[in-house]
Amino acid sequence: MEMLSDEIKSEIQCGTGACPTRRCAILEALEIVQRRHGWVSDERLKAVADFLNLTVEEVDGVATFYNRIFRRPVGRHVILVCDSVSCWIMGFENILVHITKRLGIGFGETTPDGRFTLLPIQCLGACEQAPAIMIDGTLHGDLTPDKIDEILKGYE
Amino acid sequence: MARIYIDNVQYEVPEGQNILSACLSLGFDIPYFCWHPALRSVGSCRMCAVKQFRDENDARGHIVMSCMTPADDGTRISIDDNDVREFRAGVIEWLMINHPHDCPVCDEGGECHLQDMTVMSGHVYRRYRFKKRTYLNQNLGPFINHEMNRCIQCYRCVRFYRDYAGGRDFNVFGINNRIYFGRCNDGTLENEFSGNLVEVCPTGVFTDKTLRKHYARKWDMQTAPSICPHCGLGCNIIVGERYGSLRRILNKYNHDVNGYFLCDRGRFGYEFVDGPSRIRQPLSRHDGDRSDGSLKAVEKKEALDLFKGISMDSARTLGIGSPRATLEANFSLRQLVGAENFCCGMSEHEERLVSSIIDILRNGPTYSPSLRDVEMCDAVLILGEDVTNVAPRMALSLRQSVREKPMEIADSLRIPRWADASVRQAVQDEKGPLFIVSPMGSGLDDIAARTLHIAPDDIARLGFQVAHEIDPDSPPVLDLPDELGRFAAHISAALKSSRRPLIVSGTSCGTLSVIQAAANIAWSLSRTERIAALSYTLPECNTLGLRLIGGLSMTDCFQKVLSGEVDSLIILENDLYRRAEALLVKGVLAKCKHVIVIDHILNRTGKESDLILPAGTFAETTGTLVSSEGRCQRQFSVMPPAGQTQESRIWISDVMAALGKDSAVNYSTIENIASEIAREFPVFKDLTEVSPPVNFRVFGQKIPRQAHRYSGRTAMPANVTVHEPKPPDDPESPLSFSMEGYSGIPPASVTPRFWAPSWNSCQAVNKFQKEIAGVSTGGDSGKRLIEPLTTENGVYFSELPEAFNFDNTKWVVIQSFHIFGSEELSSLGDSVSQRIPNPYIGLNGDDAASLGKDNGCMAQLIIGNVSLKLPVRIIPTLCSGLIALPVGIPGLEGVNLPAMGKIMED
Repeated sequence: MEMLSDEIKSEIQCGTGACPTRRCAILEALEIVQRRHGWVSDERLKAVADFLNLTVEEVDGVATFYNRIFRRPVGRHVILVCDSVSCWIMGFENILVHITKRLGIGFGETTPDGRFTLLPIQCLGACEQAPAIMIDGTLHGDLTPDKIDEILKGYE
Repeated sequence: MARIYIDNVQYEVPEGQNILSACLSLGFDIPYFCWHPALRSVGSCRMCAVKQFRDENDARGHIVMSCMTPADDGTRISIDDNDVREFRAGVIEWLMINHPHDCPVCDEGGECHLQDMTVMSGHVYRRYRFKKRTYLNQNLGPFINHEMNRCIQCYRCVRFYRDYAGGRDFNVFGINNRIYFGRCNDGTLENEFSGNLVEVCPTGVFTDKTLRKHYARKWDMQTAPSICPHCGLGCNIIVGERYGSLRRILNKYNHDVNGYFLCDRGRFGYEFVDGPSRIRQPLSRHDGDRSDGSLKAVEKKEALDLFKGISMDSARTLGIGSPRATLEANFSLRQLVGAENFCCGMSEHEERLVSSIIDILRNGPTYSPSLRDVEMCDAVLILGEDVTNVAPRMALSLRQSVREKPMEIADSLRIPRWADASVRQAVQDEKGPLFIVSPMGSGLDDIAARTLHIAPDDIARLGFQVAHEIDPDSPPVLDLPDELGRFAAHISAALKSSRRPLIVSGTSCGTLSVIQAAANIAWSLSRTERIAALSYTLPECNTLGLRLIGGLSMTDCFQKVLSGEVDSLIILENDLYRRAEALLVKGVLAKCKHVIVIDHILNRTGKESDLILPAGTFAETTGTLVSSEGRCQRQFSVMPPAGQTQESRIWISDVMAALGKDSAVNYSTIENIASEIAREFPVFKDLTEVSPPVNFRVFGQKIPRQAHRYSGRTAMPANVTVHEPKPPDDPESPLSFSMEGYSGIPPASVTPRFWAPSWNSCQAVNKFQKEIAGVSTGGDSGKRLIEPLTTENGVYFSELPEAFNFDNTKWVVIQSFHIFGSEELSSLGDSVSQRIPNPYIGLNGDDAASLGKDNGCMAQLIIGNVSLKLPVRIIPTLCSGLIALPVGIPGLEGVNLPAMGKIMED
């Protein structure tokens, strides 16, 4: 099977057209692959390297530098729990404990049904809504345990 | 000069340096990790902190990184200030957090920069009591061992491997405390200079895997300065020995030649010395039948008696020398058999090319650059060479030369050149002009401005046209295709707009006109008021030296044998089967009544001889080699030859004595031979000054090959005697086989190791330089024999070859080179042999298709009398109409190329 579909290839081509060197295109290309497949497997990483005419080492060096380029499979939805100062003051630990109990997973883990992956994040830039989490790019603020149950229902 | 103040004492230092290298040059100790004199400053490790003061009234000062701060006039710093000492102690403490403290089992232990710096910065007590971060290691191939837990994240490895050496299969991964230096997956490091990681890495992450097989600590090794025997460049090496076996090769800094780095063939190619093909005992054939290989061991005296028994009628004895043997050994043989019976042991074709190169260098206005000069050139044209595989270390220098021109960008932004990160940021992927015109792709294609793959004759024609574009007085090429004409104009424009142009060519194409075209270009550039450099690569470590001595051609020599004029053939360190077709060599050897071989490895020639005298390898030989630059350098034995082995030249002088020749005394010591050579050949007039004389002493003492901590000198032979034996004499050099002697800094050419108090690692070299990355304290090493004739313009060559015309049946078979495999001695080692490619017939994709061949298909190639059946390898970059055959690879020796070939129909 072709590791990168023509569609992804053309998206990479178009997203990285303005890059002065091939190395500049790495991050953009990895994001495109991750958007489509949820994470970047070794095989797809190699395909990206081949497509950009770079070595796997050059691409993986970038991929492993950014902790939000996922090099292992993640659930259908990724929950990022902010553990930074404002959220800590506002009690992010209660939120975390609640999510952990509710889903039965800790940081870095994925629910057995492949629905959620739970990860920490240093700051979501939403201190005024602390404690805050982000699920798949959507910010949820001013959280309480009840609110969380409601929010999680929205993600299947 | 800039005046700087260090702890309130005034010093003068050259302008334009950073504080770290200025202080190190002055002899101060400042700890550092990420800075390397060749890789320059990035300021990442924070180890080299010093305190800087605004002026003499500033009592508080502020901490700066010395590697990132210019040593401008008036700079005031303190190295000893309490704040900055504490700061450095803090830095080393956190760098050491995850370090496993496994020094006793670490190969780096005792020569570890991390150990040295830890002690220097006063980190003596470990406070961290938590779990350490650990990693999985990778198998990085036969040369390099990987142990990531020892890493302190200085980034030197990746900066050397990627930025300096251009390797792409290695990188840094992860972030934070998960940083990992290695490959994506296990696998051999592909770069030809990977071995330098051993010296570049300040700790034991990357260590020498070949050393691991027979490990000894640095202080337990007997070491000697030597010259690498594995190509023509003459890189300086330090050879290490213990218990009579060779343990490892380290780089020996020589400002003009190899600087801080070696290639992997030079570093790991030593294993042949103790390999299975080594000869340790004289061998003689008793029954006279050469076919069954029945060689029996005999004693030295018996061997010499046998020699005496052989008729040595001088008119009926021929001597064949060797481009891989020393000048002294070759010259001794020449004296034994007489100049008119001495053959220099190169194929006639090769000899013609080398002679032409020597004439060009001796009679022209261009100079043959040192590798250091190569690095400084700002426009390069490579004509017909695969430098990476023929003269590897030069490829590393050429990689630096393409950075020369873009440095103007950094200069214009007033970024000091030592600020490596800033310079690379400013320069980005900008490269100076490097053009490669060759029959097929080479290892430098990735940095070339343009490459062109054409047949050797067309390469010459293009070269002639480039010269004509530069100087209309040089002969034009009238019927050059437009495309080539435009390319020639493009190249000549780039060369003309450079300050220090360099032309690289050599014998690899096997085409005289390519060599001449390179000369025409260099000479035409010299007429435009430029200093043009002209570098020719040569195949072996003493090719140039041997040709300067000269002798019969191989063809004449064989002719003499075949016409029955010769009874005895004496072959010095030379496998004739690598020089000529097997059938011919077999005939020649069969025709001689007596074949005597002096060599250290048992090759095919040896197997068909009557008497073999076991010689010393480079590790047991003191002698002189002449590099392709024309630099005469001396190698010193690291150990006395064991048992029955002797240096080749000693065998020859013993033979002379056995035969009762009066002249024997003249050839008994290296100094006598050197002065004989100098007397006979004016070009070698400085030969006796290549290194200090035999009676050279410092305070009456010799220079010890063993370190002052050398252990076990009484215990080592305890199974034989409990009395301490007298160390072996070395009457041939100012070095001794012992611990006793002068422990300071000796002249550069006889420096056996780099060590200084507090500096146990190879970076002690700092203490052996007048200034950091400058010339050695002990003066120059080696003498250049050939200097340009500034009064001459050079008479242009005008014999143009015909354009290459492929008629679909007659293929031109050219040589393809492999860093591992094309050279005879290194290929015999266990580690290098794992990297040798299988023999192949290289074809361009279209040509292979037209023959109905795919990658891996068997094909039969006929060259003259030789028929080869080998798998096809598709080489996309190979010029159409050419066949590439890997040269010298086991199974393909003795095919003289270029030649016409025919592919047989299936």
